[in-house]
Amino acid sequence: MIVETGHYALVLALALALVNSVLPIWGAAVGDRRLMSIAPSVALASFGFIAYSYFALTYAHVTSDFSLVNVVENSHSLKPLIYKISGVWGNHEGSMMLWVLVLAIFAAAVALLSSNMPADLRANTLAVQSWISAAFLLFILLTSNPFARIANPPIEGNDLNPLLQDPGLAIHPPLLYLGYVGLSITYSFAAAALITGRIDAVFARFVRPWTLIAWTCLTLGIAMGSYWAYYTLGWGGFWFWDPVENASLMPWLAATALIHCTLVMEKREALKIWTIFLSILAFSLSLIGTFLVRSGVLTSVHTFASDPLRGVFILVILVLFIGGSLALFAARAGGLKPGGLFAPISREGALVLNNLLLTTSCATVLVGTLYPLALEALTGEKISVGAPFFNLTFVPLFIPLFILMPIGQSLAWKRGDLLAAAQRLTFAIGCGLIVALALAAWRGGPVLSVILSGLAAYVIIGSFADVARRLFAGGASFAAAGRRLFGLPRQAFGSAFAHAGIGVTLLGLAATGWGAERITSMRPGETVEIGPYQLTLEDVSKRQGPNYAEIFGRTTIRSGGVVKAAIEPAMRAYPSRKTSRSEAGIATLGFGQVYMSIAEVAPDGKLDARIYWKPLVALIWLGALIMAFGGALSLSDMRLRVGVGRRARKSAAASPLPAE
Amino acid sequence: MTRKQRRLVLISCGLAVIGLAVGLVLFALRDNIVFFYGPSELAQKAPSPGARLRLGGLVKQGSLQREGDASVRFTVTDLKQDVPVTYVGLLPDLFREGQGVVAEGTLGADHVFRADSVLAKHDERYMPREVADALKKQGVWREGAAPTGAQDGAQAATAK
Repeated sequence: MIVETGHYALVLALALALVNSVLPIWGAAVGDRRLMSIAPSVALASFGFIAYSYFALTYAHVTSDFSLVNVVENSHSLKPLIYKISGVWGNHEGSMMLWVLVLAIFAAAVALLSSNMPADLRANTLAVQSWISAAFLLFILLTSNPFARIANPPIEGNDLNPLLQDPGLAIHPPLLYLGYVGLSITYSFAAAALITGRIDAVFARFVRPWTLIAWTCLTLGIAMGSYWAYYTLGWGGFWFWDPVENASLMPWLAATALIHCTLVMEKREALKIWTIFLSILAFSLSLIGTFLVRSGVLTSVHTFASDPLRGVFILVILVLFIGGSLALFAARAGGLKPGGLFAPISREGALVLNNLLLTTSCATVLVGTLYPLALEALTGEKISVGAPFFNLTFVPLFIPLFILMPIGQSLAWKRGDLLAAAQRLTFAIGCGLIVALALAAWRGGPVLSVILSGLAAYVIIGSFADVARRLFAGGASFAAAGRRLFGLPRQAFGSAFAHAGIGVTLLGLAATGWGAERITSMRPGETVEIGPYQLTLEDVSKRQGPNYAEIFGRTTIRSGGVVKAAIEPAMRAYPSRKTSRSEAGIATLGFGQVYMSIAEVAPDGKLDARIYWKPLVALIWLGALIMAFGGALSLSDMRLRVGVGRRARKSAAASPLPAE
Repeated sequence: MTRKQRRLVLISCGLAVIGLAVGLVLFALRDNIVFFYGPSELAQKAPSPGARLRLGGLVKQGSLQREGDASVRFTVTDLKQDVPVTYVGLLPDLFREGQGVVAEGTLGADHVFRADSVLAKHDERYMPREVADALKKQGVWREGAAPTGAQDGAQAATAK
């Protein structure tokens, strides 16, 4: 019964989304305040119905209701509760439900939190968001109904793909979706601003917090996904340049560029056209990603089912939304007045260069992702574009970005002095050089790793140069600087942390060059040497998990005779799916990790094992956490500026509204 | 600096970055793409020795030999042509004789394929799409064995 009401709630949500797609925008066009004011309440109601519907599906999964096709195909009564809940989004239909849920969450949040927004901008934003919701609700109801019943319910389900039965996967999709789908709201803002014709600093101020929320979640989601791949796929890699990974990286790059250019638009009213374009681009890339992942043109862990109708449907959504917004953009962008002027060497100039590099690197990722598909469609030749391509194109475009980052932060707005900026960074540059030279002398190893480590040190320290300069301005003492610490806007710290975070990630990436890898066969009792550690395989035994059986090798890690850690790499067999997967044994020692994954036991009693020593590898994900922390810090500052928005609105209201 | 000059600086900067990107992409596409062949195609096209490529097909029944320290030898077939493959490293968990596999590496002058990574799919019912297409091309594909819309996971094994 609950399942039927859930299905019905989804239909009602579609009806509400259709209402909200038309009435507020009509109201904004004719200036009818009553019509405009229905948008927030309808958005909230729509959110309520979608949330209920989502809950109904979760309920069916938790209670193992095998009369639902979706539950039969993806669940098993013995599956632990957490995977019954996460299993909801571990399949095509459920993940699309999560998609629309996130769309609705953002619409509801805008409805609740943006009461100080200009009424027409708000009504139009919610209306555009409803178009997206309506399109995807229609997609779910017509092609991927999660509530479809089965005539003869089986006693047991097929279970979830074992690879997806993992705590990392329980968190990764919701975070990723909050980021990826969250960008829909910046798209809606941009479209609404184009429709109302009001594109100014106020717009930037309203769109910035939402971009930051989406960006922060996306950063965490990508990091989580990469860590999951690292420890479950059993080959120690954390980024594969898989099209599915690229699909999440591209919106991240666009969103990063967007955060930076809304800053320019907010402070200096410049780059308006570009900001609007990036808002559209970021979500368009999310849509392209969804198309790649959901339409079945690619095969990977993330592509669940290939039904050609679904692919065509998403393609139609893609074309309508990207094409429609770009047409609107083309019609309106010409009428925008250019904003504040700035010299090429200035904070704005640096941010323009940042945007240029970010979007260009994003374009190279797009080319690398789509080229094989295009080539296969046109010539039938099958190729794969892998890491070598991206290392050659993406990395050279990203290195200048790292060099530029601290310099840009040290430049003044409007007109900067490159020499003065370099002087401010003397300490950071010095530190970077010392780190690189010390590593070259003491560690040796790959030249690239040495250079990148120095660059990372420069970025990490240089990120705080601006904050330090402001704290110690005029030769202030430590005590005075401490007092100033609380006076500085948190946004300054936010950007410092976010930039330092990417430096930390870079350091982790650079250190992979010093790693060690061994593939070997071991008997119990044997010891192998890896990096600075000795690994002893104590014994190999079997045990039974809730819905799997595993063989695991108890292994002790020693350094100079002292036991440092114990790990239990395992090979799990899931009888319900007749599949197995390896569960790597990972010991974090300092920021480095010893990683061991095992294959099956050979007939002669030897255990094939793959062992890695990965120095500083944890920094890769720690850096992402620091970036997200910076984003959150900056976000916590936003509430202070709500008043600014209100003042700006009053002055905007005093002047006559632009003709619609 | 006049407004015109400023704009000129910005535009030339932009063009320089875009030009660099286009150059890099074209250069990388020339050397770093990997073609996919089935065993029959491989015999037909005879790619130059040393070129990186991907080979997909079925692991021939009874062809898997382990040769000591994690080194293996097996044959990839599309039931018409066979290609011997050598590989040093751990095979993915779902590597089975008679199942689909994709190997990446180079073809030696002795017509032995030296794989440095082997990819098998993580579901017994599943066949890598490229392998299925290659088998269909050879007319040895049975529809009954086709993927049934099941989820699948890719698992890769890469050796240095």
